[in-house]
Amino acid sequence: MELNTLTAHALIDLLNKKDISPIDICNSIIKRIADTEKRLNALAHFDKDAALKRVGDGFKPSPTKALSGIPVFIKDNICVKDELTTCSSKILKGFKPPYNATVINKLLAADAILMGKTNMDEFAFGSSTETSCYGASRNPWDTERIPGGSSGGSAAAVSADEAILALGSDTGGSIRQPAALCGVVGLKPTYGRVSRYGLIAFASSLDQIGPITKDVEDAAILLKAISGHDEMDSTSANIAVNDYVPEIKKDIKGLKIGIPKEYFIEGMDKDVKDSIKTAVQKLEGLGAVCEDISLPHTEYAVSVYYLVATAEASSNLARFDGVQYGLRPENAKSMIDMYKKTREQGFGDEAKRRIILGTFALSSGYYDAYYLKALKVRTLIKRDFDEAFRKFDAIVTPTSPTPAFKIGEKISDPLTMYLSDIFTISANLAGIPGISIPCGFTKNNLPIGLQILGKPFDEEMILRVAYNYEQNTDWHNRKPENILK
Amino acid sequence: MSYETVIGLEVHLQLNTKSKVFCGCSTGFGSAPNTQVCPVCLGFPGSLPVLNRRALELGAKVAIALNCAIARKIRFDRKNYFYPDLPKDYQISQFDQPLAQHGFLSVVSGEFERKIKIRRVHLEEDTGKLFHQKDSSLVDFNRSGVPLLEIVSEPDMYSPEEAYLYLTALKSILEYIDVSDCNMEEGSLRCDANISLRKKGETSLGVKTEIKNMNSFKGVKSALEYEARRQEELLEEGGRVIQETRLYNAEKGVTEPMRSKEEAHDYRYFPEPDLAPFDFEEEFLKGIERNMPELPEPKKNRFIKDYGLSNYDAAIMASDKDIAAYFEECAALYSPKTVVNWLMGDISAYMKEKNVSMKALKLKPEQLSDMLKMIDGGVITGKTAKALLIEVIETGKNPKEMVKEKGLEQISDVSLLEDTIDQVIAENLKSAEDFKNGKENAIMFLVGKVMQKTKGRANPGKINGILRERLKGAAK
Repeated sequence: MELNTLTAHALIDLLNKKDISPIDICNSIIKRIADTEKRLNALAHFDKDAALKRVGDGFKPSPTKALSGIPVFIKDNICVKDELTTCSSKILKGFKPPYNATVINKLLAADAILMGKTNMDEFAFGSSTETSCYGASRNPWDTERIPGGSSGGSAAAVSADEAILALGSDTGGSIRQPAALCGVVGLKPTYGRVSRYGLIAFASSLDQIGPITKDVEDAAILLKAISGHDEMDSTSANIAVNDYVPEIKKDIKGLKIGIPKEYFIEGMDKDVKDSIKTAVQKLEGLGAVCEDISLPHTEYAVSVYYLVATAEASSNLARFDGVQYGLRPENAKSMIDMYKKTREQGFGDEAKRRIILGTFALSSGYYDAYYLKALKVRTLIKRDFDEAFRKFDAIVTPTSPTPAFKIGEKISDPLTMYLSDIFTISANLAGIPGISIPCGFTKNNLPIGLQILGKPFDEEMILRVAYNYEQNTDWHNRKPENILK
Repeated sequence: MSYETVIGLEVHLQLNTKSKVFCGCSTGFGSAPNTQVCPVCLGFPGSLPVLNRRALELGAKVAIALNCAIARKIRFDRKNYFYPDLPKDYQISQFDQPLAQHGFLSVVSGEFERKIKIRRVHLEEDTGKLFHQKDSSLVDFNRSGVPLLEIVSEPDMYSPEEAYLYLTALKSILEYIDVSDCNMEEGSLRCDANISLRKKGETSLGVKTEIKNMNSFKGVKSALEYEARRQEELLEEGGRVIQETRLYNAEKGVTEPMRSKEEAHDYRYFPEPDLAPFDFEEEFLKGIERNMPELPEPKKNRFIKDYGLSNYDAAIMASDKDIAAYFEECAALYSPKTVVNWLMGDISAYMKEKNVSMKALKLKPEQLSDMLKMIDGGVITGKTAKALLIEVIETGKNPKEMVKEKGLEQISDVSLLEDTIDQVIAENLKSAEDFKNGKENAIMFLVGKVMQKTKGRANPGKINGILRERLKGAAK
């Protein structure tokens, strides 16, 4: 079996037995990338020699460290010192941060091997990875289709076995939705579980970094490695991180799971709906008690999200002004002209759209009606979950209303595109953790994702439900076969 | 028609923390450009602010000293605007929930005594600094992220003079609680002013202008005087004041309108999502209160009570914390009233002339009290003391030893004096004659001559007595 197709925990076992060396893993990945990357465009920056060098002579695996010798790909919006970090945007062309994100330092401390950067929607603005300045990534299950987004590159790479592990970021579903559409596991941690220091911000109150992996156990291992309080991020929580792996292997008998009726909407794909229903029956078969519930403010989530997220984004992206780093067009006539040219040439259409929307929402005269009201409704959405979690251990929903759509299908219709995140956005607004795991395929052989939501800082619970489901199904073992056809 | 001037002041104060408000970089002044920077204060993508608790503590200290109500919840906001000296293109500040509100500052000067209302005090980060060249501009981010405290008064001052007194009193308090260097030239204290005129007796405010770019307290006063005159002339002619920002041109002594383009801002304030709001811990606040030094006003009252100073003297002694400390050290050693006279007289004159601060003054309280003891004990004359004072200040030597060394003791040996007096009379027979003939003034000339010969070491009263005895005796 090719090493690149294995999970991290399987590779760790092989490494511990000294059956293989980290270089073998790296080589197998490089070979796979050589075969598939032209077709997929999952990677934004990858230098095979640099990767080999990191795992070369000087590297000695140390079994005590969680990810010793395991390669990890990083979404292009997470800062890696002296390595290109561009958010797949022209405006950050050539930008190499002078520092590591906290998650990168944690990965290095766990002895992981940094491989390169994955493609994404520009500044994480999108659900299809089509807004990248490097061009769209493709879905390994059908390369005419999008891999989802914005962490589409990470999900496609893991799905196609170009990567063992990858980090994504999730502001409104950007880890879970592409994981669902590519048939892999994606986890968005509780807001504050993982340090955001070094994650180039989209919406500061919603962003979280999380793992995209081939199975649930890998997600647990990678989450543990990157979690924890960070003095550099005052929104990171000082709450202990448990050792997830032993906990998730406990059964789920008697756990109470809520199924919110608002997540089964009109216009939803029938195969998706059926798969979720079957998955719920499976959970019941494993001893969980599933009940229909209501999260009454769900319908406002998309509107609230596109006000809060764009408002924060409009401010977060102000710094890309040509003064210190990134793009600065020649021939600016004045300071204002430099700002205008930099931002006009540097940002793509979707980035401009969101900056304008957010600027408007914060403008004097509109602030109360839009931004402030959105904050109030956000509180109501949070309360829906608080209420539900008083009675339930977890909530199960579809991750996305549809499977992967065709490249170009929704790109000219932003509103339809925004609805791709309709089931994932609420978790970000409420700050709660969510995981997407494979739960079936459509008639066209496209992956379907099951979303499991949990209480704040109870990642253990959603991983446990996910693990039990996964170990009693076979979806995660299927591989896309048609990438090269 | 007669108008009333209404003034409000906005003071920006750099807090003297060692590190910046949202990162660990040094706040030191005068380093090479862009050497005290990091990803956070450069606003690099992905960097996040972490609040420096010391800055908050100093801000709270100011709020307590200005009698403000302190917010129970600390929250920051983003103020969005594009400018190259602002690396994130937003400033982390506080908008609708400032650190403190509703305070006052007691301003006392001679007959003038008022409590000027403080509207709000809030914490924010400073910007970088631009340097303009012929075809380009450069930015130094060393100052970016230095903690700034904005202290906003109500429009509660009614003349440029009051504004000046407010600033002086504010600076005195700020120095007392040791939160800032308060140096307007180095920019650690900056002041903008709002000024409007209204007809006497009216209660609503007139249209105001905002005045910026003043580099000293006197500059603030001059700018406001000019602006009040300008507005008055405008109104007298039947014109209207336009609400605008004006820059003070110190060279010309006038205020000039700023280009309107630069002030049309909608700052789009919203809560800073990178800094979670938190409750101001009661214990933290209490700790600050416990460690507050005695402020100028209570100190003045104590000086009156404990040392029997007059209101005027006590106010001056309490106005500066270094002077107050020096005074108290001296007052423990010798008569407070005598100490005050010397501090306000020769010593203060010397400090002004040589531009020396109280801290840098070499005259130790023991040295001053020793000198005062020698004067009152008749060891040296007042005149000797004045000259000696300068020498002691400049050399730092022990005054007692200097008196011995230089033989400056007062000549109290009458026989010694008598010889000199006889000599003076012999050399100035004309004056002696004049006195004998009833010219009272002539004796002063002779006393002066004797003083000259004794190098000021003789007691003028004694000389006078002996002279009179001699001359009157001779007349008999």
